[in-house]
Amino acid sequence: MTVTLFIPCFIDALYPRAGISMVEILERLGHRVVCPEAIACCGQPPFNSGYHAEARTIATPVLEKLADAEAVVIGSGSCGAMVKKFYPELFKDTRHAALAQQVAARTWEFSDFLVSKLGVTDLGAKFPHKVTFHDGCHGLRELGIQKQPRALLANVKDLELVELAEVSCCGFGGTFAAKFPMISTAMGEVKCATAAETGAEYIVSSDSSCLMHIQGLLTRQGKPTKTISLAEVLNTQ
Amino acid sequence: MSERENILGRIREALKVPAPLPGSHGDTTAHATAEPPASHAREWLPSVGASVTEQFELFAKNAADLKADFQLLASRDELKAALVKLRDAEKWQRIASHDGELSNFACKSLGLPVTLTDRGYEVQEMEKCDAAITECDALIAQTGGVAVTSRSAGGRALSVLPPHHVVIARREQLVADLPSAFALLQQKYAPDFPSMISFITGPSRTGDIERILVLGAHGPKKLTVLCV
Amino acid sequence: MSTSVSEFKTRATKKAGDLRHRQVIRTALRGYEIVRDKRKAAFQSWESARQAAAETKWEAVNHLDEHLVALTSKLEARGTKVHWASTAAQAREIIAQILRDKKARSIIKSKAMTSEEIHLNHALEKEGFTVVESDLGEFIVQLRHEPPYHIVFPSMHLTRGEIKDLFQKELGDAPSDSPEDLTMVARRVMRQKYIAADVGFTGANFAIAETGMISITENEGNARLTAALPKTMVTLIGIEKVLPRFADLALFLPMLATAGAGQPMTCYNTMYSGPRQPGECDGPEEWHVVLLDNRRTELLADAEQRDALHCIRCGACLNVCPIFRNVGGHTYGTTYSGPVGAVITPHLRGLQEWKHLSNASSLCGACTEACPVKIDLHHHLLQNRRNASAAQPAFFEKLAYQMFGIVANEPRFWSLAKKIGWLTQPLHSAIKGSVLDPARSWTKTRDLPPMPRETFKDWWRNRK
Repeated sequence: MTVTLFIPCFIDALYPRAGISMVEILERLGHRVVCPEAIACCGQPPFNSGYHAEARTIATPVLEKLADAEAVVIGSGSCGAMVKKFYPELFKDTRHAALAQQVAARTWEFSDFLVSKLGVTDLGAKFPHKVTFHDGCHGLRELGIQKQPRALLANVKDLELVELAEVSCCGFGGTFAAKFPMISTAMGEVKCATAAETGAEYIVSSDSSCLMHIQGLLTRQGKPTKTISLAEVLNTQ
Repeated sequence: MSERENILGRIREALKVPAPLPGSHGDTTAHATAEPPASHAREWLPSVGASVTEQFELFAKNAADLKADFQLLASRDELKAALVKLRDAEKWQRIASHDGELSNFACKSLGLPVTLTDRGYEVQEMEKCDAAITECDALIAQTGGVAVTSRSAGGRALSVLPPHHVVIARREQLVADLPSAFALLQQKYAPDFPSMISFITGPSRTGDIERILVLGAHGPKKLTVLCV
Repeated sequence: MSTSVSEFKTRATKKAGDLRHRQVIRTALRGYEIVRDKRKAAFQSWESARQAAAETKWEAVNHLDEHLVALTSKLEARGTKVHWASTAAQAREIIAQILRDKKARSIIKSKAMTSEEIHLNHALEKEGFTVVESDLGEFIVQLRHEPPYHIVFPSMHLTRGEIKDLFQKELGDAPSDSPEDLTMVARRVMRQKYIAADVGFTGANFAIAETGMISITENEGNARLTAALPKTMVTLIGIEKVLPRFADLALFLPMLATAGAGQPMTCYNTMYSGPRQPGECDGPEEWHVVLLDNRRTELLADAEQRDALHCIRCGACLNVCPIFRNVGGHTYGTTYSGPVGAVITPHLRGLQEWKHLSNASSLCGACTEACPVKIDLHHHLLQNRRNASAAQPAFFEKLAYQMFGIVANEPRFWSLAKKIGWLTQPLHSAIKGSVLDPARSWTKTRDLPPMPRETFKDWWRNRK
């Protein structure tokens, strides 16, 4: 099928390898991938701060560009939740209401698309490292993404997955990280400490925005643990 | 306009706009079912065995977890023996109780001075009592707890002021679960309820200091249930 | 306490960096988590129970006037005096007047968050009444002259050593720092106070419309004694606490205990249907029930967030909230903290003054998942933000989003923005984390990721 891959702003600018991995994986599975050039952001930052009109300004071109997509795959749990769960609310009582519902119905987060839509869990990947998995909150609680990444990681050769002792928010939360940095940092420190307890070399996540925050703390504190996107792990041979 | 009318007026005005039912995804036209939502609680609360034997076993296990002392006795003689044993082990000198077939039997078995609450009592006198002997309305297998009322258990203070509460119950008083207990109380007393109904689940406790469990915070430190 | 966001941030900064505090709270909550999970697993279906509880509360709140009328008529029929208070000031005055009428001097109180909400103790003490908190946790924070730290565990932030020192200083009685010894000190102090008190004051967890009852959930037995010994009993309850039926308690009592304390049932769950009745040997001669509005009807009028009134004050959302766990209950500066507090305080005390509580969240949704009555807590935080921004947009923030809107989906501007970011990276290293750094709120504690030369869009374009 033709998959319209929406690569969020921070992956485009900061973690292109994650996006590249998604393209390569989908093409290897035999699908045609298109990445709309004109759109870069789902509009979540203004939406989360309560500025719906500004969010709609950003989201409307996104909706219009995705209108004819056969399947929309978004490379992030939080942006995926924005399109799938919050676009219908954002566009309620506007002329795009129906379109928002339709696009939401055809949208998946990347790991969810592979496992739930394509029924694929083995990508022939090899990643000989001890890893732990961080569940991004939007993916986990808005989209129900929890089993899917683990089903995919289970088939990665030589990968050892050790679960975190507690499921907790990393503290990124979008603009929250800048507006309440002291709380964001404390939450991130707790996340880094629970990750360190697993002895994992890598923290893996479907959400590169979470990893940005976690890695930012790890680097500043001189900790050896590395972070990597799920897509890159699945694309490693 | 009274405050009552002000408040009720604001409520009625507010409720003119419907709110969606939980789980209806914002659909405000969904209607609640006629049956009370909690009427199937039995199916969701922790399971209780079907037989009386299983239920007594569950009650015993729960009571033990609560650090309550439960004894299932075969006869009035055994009940008397159990009470006397308690009296001697705990060194009771004075007890408090109320008029009732079982409680009278228990007091007679103990042969100690008794403060009876039925016609009123001095609190300072009750404070001098080492134990309270009461009857109850039900034993609840699901929780290991007992239901008492101000009518069946000698008032409000008797089952909570003295440091040791002893409940004398009949086997037939065992019910399976909380829904059954509430149904029993409603059937037994409505509409003229005792002014106090209390579900007692274990001796008094607190976790307010470092979440460490301490028994006997204000109510009884010891709870004994003797079932005959 | 102050409402300003800057003071909230100051307190949050202090607490979030306090590693000792963080550890005390984590340890306290870890114990709770273990038993909570065990008790939830014991349910045959915790999720079905949640749905039924949510629907029952929907029924209660969406027919609130009918239930309050039924409750009141049943209570009054058996001799209870029911008072209605629209505001906190009215509630305080009603209660103070009862005390004056009874020529009361000492009041023994069992735990009531509504009394914190209306700042009752302070008002009564100013008038010369002696008020003693009988719940151990409340007693402890009362001695420290601070508000409760958590709606269910008031002294959760204190170690046994701190409590020992407190008792030594304030009571002259602290044999050791063992929780057992300290609890027995409180028990001893309370005994005579129960007996001597003129008035017993309680809160309430539920009000049963069908049978005209007030239900009180506790572990210590202090509420039972408060409701048994004094000649006059006063109960303060929020109007939203109604449940339709007596039988509903069979579901709510174990759920409250499970979610709130990780217990199958708390030690005492007691339903009161009147003052001492004919033929009864004890109990208060007079019982006054004060129904409190205090802007709950405003929240009721917001149909989108009306389910926030379903709250049974179990505290489960506080316990799972990463914000609460890191900044603690006192940082919020308000009676109700944690997620439910962040949702309702803007409604009960003013949206613009308290919106920062709704803003101080990463919207992780753990609260909504934990809530036994399925309140849509984290989405209500978003709705508060929307309402606050619509009523009073922040000029620069709104402008920033408008600019971002222009840049983000216009390929040339977006490319340019990324190029500028990449070019100024080396400059940024020089000022990173300093007062000159515009990204200081990030870089004070975290590194920024390096910007790669080739972005994803570059790579995609170059493929073709």
